[in-house]
Amino acid sequence: MTWQRLAYFAAALGMLAATVLPLSSQPTPSLLARPIVLTAILLTTVLYAGAAFVTPRVSIAVTFAGVVLGCGVTLALLRDDTIAGYATSGIWLPVVANWGAAWLGVAKLAAVKPRDKAASGTIDLAIPLLFGAFIFYLWEVAVRGFGVPSVLFPAPSAIAVRFFDSLWMLWQDFFQTFILGVLSGYVIGCGAGFLVAVLAHRYTFLGRGLLPIGNFVSALPIVGIAPIMVMWFGFDWPSKAAVVVVITFFPMLVNTLAGLNAAGHIERDLMRSYGAGYRQTLQKLYLPAAMPFIFNALKINSTLAFIGAIVAEFFGTPTLGIGFRISIEAGRMALDVVWAEIALAALAGMAFYGIVALAERVTTFWHPSYRT
Amino acid sequence: MTRSTFSAARPAGIRWHPTFVRFVPVVVIVLVLIAVWYVAAVLMNLNLVRGAFERDDTPYTTGQLIAGTMRAERPLLPAPHQIVQTFAEDVFGWPVTSPRSLVYHGWVTLSATFVGFLLGATFGIVLAVLIVHVRTLQKSLLPWIICSQMVPILAVAPIVIVVLGAIGLRGLLPKAIISAYLCFFPVVIGVVKGLTSPDPIQGDLMRTWSATPAQIFWKLRWPSAVPFLFASLKVSITISLIGAIVAELPTGAQAGIGARLLAGSYYGQMIQIWAALVAASVLAVGLIGVVSLIERWVAQLMGARS
Amino acid sequence: MRAPDQPIREGVTSPGAFAVSAHDISLTFQTADGEVEALSNIDLDIAEGDFVSFIGPSGCGKTTLLRVIADLERPTAGTILINGVTSEQARVQRHYGYIFQAPALYPWRTIERNVMLPLEIMGFDAAERRRRVEQYLKLVNLSGFERKYPWQLSGGMQQRASIARALSFEPALLLMDEPFGALDEIVRDHLNEQLLRLWNQTGKTVVFVTHSIPEAVFLSTKIVVMSPRPGRIIDVISCNFPRDRTLEIRETPEFLKIAQRVRSGLRSGHSYDE
Repeated sequence: MTWQRLAYFAAALGMLAATVLPLSSQPTPSLLARPIVLTAILLTTVLYAGAAFVTPRVSIAVTFAGVVLGCGVTLALLRDDTIAGYATSGIWLPVVANWGAAWLGVAKLAAVKPRDKAASGTIDLAIPLLFGAFIFYLWEVAVRGFGVPSVLFPAPSAIAVRFFDSLWMLWQDFFQTFILGVLSGYVIGCGAGFLVAVLAHRYTFLGRGLLPIGNFVSALPIVGIAPIMVMWFGFDWPSKAAVVVVITFFPMLVNTLAGLNAAGHIERDLMRSYGAGYRQTLQKLYLPAAMPFIFNALKINSTLAFIGAIVAEFFGTPTLGIGFRISIEAGRMALDVVWAEIALAALAGMAFYGIVALAERVTTFWHPSYRT
Repeated sequence: MTRSTFSAARPAGIRWHPTFVRFVPVVVIVLVLIAVWYVAAVLMNLNLVRGAFERDDTPYTTGQLIAGTMRAERPLLPAPHQIVQTFAEDVFGWPVTSPRSLVYHGWVTLSATFVGFLLGATFGIVLAVLIVHVRTLQKSLLPWIICSQMVPILAVAPIVIVVLGAIGLRGLLPKAIISAYLCFFPVVIGVVKGLTSPDPIQGDLMRTWSATPAQIFWKLRWPSAVPFLFASLKVSITISLIGAIVAELPTGAQAGIGARLLAGSYYGQMIQIWAALVAASVLAVGLIGVVSLIERWVAQLMGARS
Repeated sequence: MRAPDQPIREGVTSPGAFAVSAHDISLTFQTADGEVEALSNIDLDIAEGDFVSFIGPSGCGKTTLLRVIADLERPTAGTILINGVTSEQARVQRHYGYIFQAPALYPWRTIERNVMLPLEIMGFDAAERRRRVEQYLKLVNLSGFERKYPWQLSGGMQQRASIARALSFEPALLLMDEPFGALDEIVRDHLNEQLLRLWNQTGKTVVFVTHSIPEAVFLSTKIVVMSPRPGRIIDVISCNFPRDRTLEIRETPEFLKIAQRVRSGLRSGHSYDE
């Protein structure tokens, strides 16, 4: 009897425990009064036990079918007000069983050696998504089961409801922070950093002086200039854009300069042997060779810019903006709004990064790091 | 048909010492930047000072005007010497425990940074080791950690402060938790990269000796990971500092560099803000310096070329 | 669209002048560890249409001498003329094509666009560029690979592409720095034959750096044997093998005699010591 089979049996038993153990510390209708739920529990038990005996590939499907069913069962039970907030071992053991089965399923999926790239790509995407989905499940169950007050820690379902209820407010905040603050600052900051880097490359003295300064400033807590920018540019989005400009300028400068210097000396000698001038060499050699470095900076800057704009809003802003909303609503203990804004920020951040990464793939497809 | 004769490859005379060559451009650029700052200070404070003179109905010369821009109490852009002066006053002029002392505020922020950094770095290293050895974790958790690099996770700072405050935890601990949370991610990614950096042929060699996973870890993976570890420690300690500063903002804390920045912005004390920024920069440079020193010491122990 | 800078073709120099004329060349490098004398009193004349090899141990200055010809290094003493003009003018007027030890193809350009690179810089129009690319890729047997990227080709094919690139703007002089050094022997033999055929067809002057004795003897009309640092010319050997030779010639007694002479030249320069 391998440990995996043992684990599956334990999961099946844990699920079955719901029929025997008390569901709640309050009086609540027993499972016999809930025929659908009871059938689901028994089915899940069978699936968990059965997964121990079938072939590995089938076992994955069976395991996840059981997990879906098992999670659904516990969530359905927790909708009952006599159980929510008072859940006891009859709920928790099945939750642990679900967790164990999910872990086994993911472990098996991770061990699969796929035949082609498409299959392995799908699996590599599926595993973290399944993992993330399960974390959300645990969050939901914990909040509902323990009866955590929603002012303290809302459940994901509550956050989702609040998210879709406040789409207009979220859009306005997004527009203020991201479109007005981040994008304008990002374009100006990265553009300026790029131009100064080209100058620093052309005139070596400038480069040797600016590079150490750029490295030095990159390490400083630049978000601290936000109050100064507010004093110079007012409370509205220009001050946030100014913060983003300063934050994105230095990484862009340092990385672009490193990239322009990255061209090999053989390739540079080749250009010299053609009698090419600086402008031609810049256009045909230095810039294409610098693309990987430039995109590295653009990706780093995409996150830094967003963080900078949000933190700058913590210092004071008109009645709009992601940072503003988070700061104010956190003070008012309206945490579901805050979480909805955080979800918005996470989605926007990933989308921004994703777009830059896509542009990188298209322009630097030739780089060795893509060819392995 | 012309013939040309090439003379000596270098101009005779000054032998440019390499260190000299390295420092001159930096010093020159810094001096130029300071000069530009002074000019900018004059230009930006001009209207302010002129307005003050006109309100008092006193006559003024251009010289007095310019001198005034260098001494303004609430300047738009303080002159460098004003910042240095205020910084020195706030650091040396007050007893270290006084809430007017930058040392006091710096210490408050620094202690949160430090505790957070230790927590985050330790947890990060442990998780990285687990990720490298447990395939399930590597495929399920690591993608999320990499994703966190794209997301402005600093945005959760207010939530953490508020929730922990509601259950009675205030002061250093919430700030340290935020710092720990922020600096944990780069450490995980860096250490994972380092632990997986050894050449496959090294792994093969270990297998021919029938080495256990623990032996492979201590003799091959961990030493290879040390440079990556220090690189990410330097990044994460600066992030930890920023986290501690930002954590002081949402609830309007009374102590710490962030609090100082906030107070300065509320009361329009421009020079105070700049002095606090200088203090934060000193802290950042100091922290990176300490990590670099430790790094160099460890590298010596591991036989690096000096 | 400006007219392309006309590269100098063969036969333009005044009759009797040399393609390369080096007189008393010396070169001393200033390094962090002090002075390094790379070349010492080099006197050399290369006639048009010659195939001259520089051979010597590693570090003897043969690459340095080639780079002096190419104006990629400046000698500290002495004079050098390429086709009657200074090396700098020769570079600016694009008298020569340089082929490095590594193919040095740009990974972000297709093979076709790589071969076009010097033509773009020198201002040839699009139609002429395409014609030349086609012509020279055919010459090095790489037709059909225009749209491929360098990493999709083998080392030998990449090196052939870099040769096509050097030929595309039709310089009179070809400077080659151990072009086949990184390739295995079978590919190398094959490329040697192709290079010989190319030289016969185009009639260019070739200066070739190598440290393979059979390669030097097989390809050259003249072999310049150099001593270890500081580089001096120990011996200049003329070879007169028939133009249509094949690799079988490497086993003939005449070949072996010349190879022996090269070897003893290297030995007398204490090349095998240290």
